[in-house]
Amino acid sequence: MANYKELEDLVTQVRRDILRQVHKVNSGHPGGSLGCAEFFVALYNEVMDRNENFTMDGVGEDLFFLSNGHISPVFYSVLARAGYFPVEELATFRHINSRLQGHPTTHEGLPGIRVASGSLGQGISVAIGAAQAKKLNKDKHLIYVLCGDGELQEGQNWEAMMYAAGNNVDNLILTVDLNGQQIDGATKNVLPLGNLKAKFEAFGWEVLDIEKGNDLKAVVSGLEKAKDKTGNSKPICILMHTEMGNGVDFMMHTHDWHGKAPNDQQLENALSQNPITLGDY
Amino acid sequence: MKKYTDTGKKDTRSGFGDGLTELGKKNQNVVALCADLTGSLKMDDFKANHPERFFQVGIAEANMIGMAAGMTIGGKIPFTGTFANFSTGRVYDQIRQSVAYSGKNVKICASHAGLTLGEDGATHQILEDIGLMKMLPGMTVINTCDYNQTKAATIAIADYEGPVYLRFGRPKVANFTPEDQNFQIGKAIQLQEGTDVTVVATGHLVWEALQAAEALHDKGISAEVINIHTIKPLDNDAILKSVKKTGCIVTAEEHNFLGGLGESVSRLLTTNHPVPQEFIATQDTFGESGTPEELMDKYGLNAAAIENAVKKVIARK
Repeated sequence: MANYKELEDLVTQVRRDILRQVHKVNSGHPGGSLGCAEFFVALYNEVMDRNENFTMDGVGEDLFFLSNGHISPVFYSVLARAGYFPVEELATFRHINSRLQGHPTTHEGLPGIRVASGSLGQGISVAIGAAQAKKLNKDKHLIYVLCGDGELQEGQNWEAMMYAAGNNVDNLILTVDLNGQQIDGATKNVLPLGNLKAKFEAFGWEVLDIEKGNDLKAVVSGLEKAKDKTGNSKPICILMHTEMGNGVDFMMHTHDWHGKAPNDQQLENALSQNPITLGDY
Repeated sequence: MKKYTDTGKKDTRSGFGDGLTELGKKNQNVVALCADLTGSLKMDDFKANHPERFFQVGIAEANMIGMAAGMTIGGKIPFTGTFANFSTGRVYDQIRQSVAYSGKNVKICASHAGLTLGEDGATHQILEDIGLMKMLPGMTVINTCDYNQTKAATIAIADYEGPVYLRFGRPKVANFTPEDQNFQIGKAIQLQEGTDVTVVATGHLVWEALQAAEALHDKGISAEVINIHTIKPLDNDAILKSVKKTGCIVTAEEHNFLGGLGESVSRLLTTNHPVPQEFIATQDTFGESGTPEELMDKYGLNAAAIENAVKKVIARK
C-alpha cells in the first residue's frame, strides 16, 4: 500500500525541481511538466517494477518511454529522485556540456533514458517495438509510454495505433496527457482532436479515463486498473485529464507557460506555493 | 589486366533476401520488418522460416522505423525493408531522432534505389538517399554492386553494432564478385590496378567501371578501378594511395552529384591531395520512366560515360 504522504511530498519537491531547472536556464517547458508530476511520481515510485541498476535493454523490468520530450524537467527530476543519477545534476539542465539536454537523449549517456524524444509523434512506435521485443524475449514485464494530446496531431501516432491493435500488442500502456493545451493555444482552437476515446476504441484499443490526473490516488489507481487489463489482446490507452501548470496558480488555466520560464519574482511566488519537502538540489 | 566474369545476371535485392534468410538461421536476435513490400524486398523466405521474427507493419514506414528502434531495446537486431525512397526521405526525422541520434542498432535496408528502378518513374527513383543518410552522424552507408556482395554485406552488418543504411537495387545485373567474399565495412576493394586514372565506383556503376576500364585498356589507357561499397566511413587511405599514383580520379554513382560519393571524395582530396576529378552522377535532376538501360544511358551513368569522363580528366592533369 502506497504511503501517500511520502508520495505527495515527492510531488511537491518535483514541482520545485521543475521550476528551479527552467528558471536557472531561463528556458524549458514548465507547464506540461507540472501537469504530469503526479503521473511520473506514481509511475516510478508505485506502479512500475524497476531494476535498481539501469541497463539499456531493461530485461526483466517494466520500461517507460516519454514521447513528448519537451516535458524533460519532470522526467529528469523523477529519475534523479529515483536514484538514476545525482539530484545535483538537475542544476545543469540545458547548460553546455550537460547530460540533461533540452530534450531527453541517450546520446549523453544519462541513465534512465532509452531513446531520444523531442520531435513529436515517435514515442508510441518505439514503445511498440520495445513491447514486441519483450514478447520475443518471453519477458512478461510491461511497456509504458506517455504522449501529449496536441502531439496526437502527428500522423505517425495513428500508424502506431493501427499496428498495436492489429497485432495484439497487449503489454503496452499508453497514457495521453489530456491537458487541452498546445503552444499556439487550446487544442480545440489549434486543431480539434475530436472524441479521442471513440477514436482509440475504433482503432481497437482498450480505453480508460483518469478524470483527476493531478490526484495522486486517482493516478495510481488508474494505472493499476490499466495494468489489470494488460494481456487481453488489446493495447491499453489511458486518457489522463490534467491541468497544465498544476500546483502553481498563475501557471494554470492557460497555455502561456507551455514553454516559458518564470522570472525571479515569479519563481519566488511559485516556490512559496510549494514549500520544500525532501530538500532542494 | 584482371578478367571479371558475369556468372549470370541476378538482382541485388535477392542478395539481400538470401543474406537475410541465412542470418535468420544463425542469429536468433535478427528480426525483420517490412512495409508491404515483402516480395519486392525478397523477404518471403525469412518470413516463412521465422514468422515470429517477421513484422509486417503495412504501409506505415514512420511506425516501422520507430518500432525498429524500440526493438533494439531488448537486444534485437532489426532489419527494415522497403524501397530506398520510403526508407529515407519519407522517414528522415524518425531515422534522425529515434535511430541515429539515439544510437540504435537498426539496419535500414533499401531496395529499388536510383534510376534503375525504371518504369515507375521519378516518384520512386530516389537519387538523394546517400546524401541524406551520410549526413547523419554515426550512420554507416553501404551501396553494394552485385548479388554476391549484397548477400555478404547483409550478413556482415548484423555483426556490426550501430545504425547502417544498406542500399541496393531492383534490376538483374552482372554478378561478378566472389561468392565466398569476406565483406569488410569501410574497406575499399581494388578491382583493377592502373596508372593513368583512378575510377572509384559504387553500386551498379562498379560493373560499368570495369567495362570502361577494359575499353580504355584497348586504347592504351591504364585505369585503376576501386569498388567503394562503403561510402561512409570512406576508405580514405585506399583512395589517396591510388590518386597519388594516377594523379586524377573519376567517381561514379547512381545518385545526384550533390551529396553523393563524389562529394565525399572531393572533400577528401581537397583537404589532402588535390587532383582533377570528374563526376559520373545525375546532375541535380529527378529521373523519369524508362527501362533501366535507357535511363542510365540518357542520364550518363554507364561504361561509355565513364570512358568519356576518364579521357576528360586525364586531359586536365
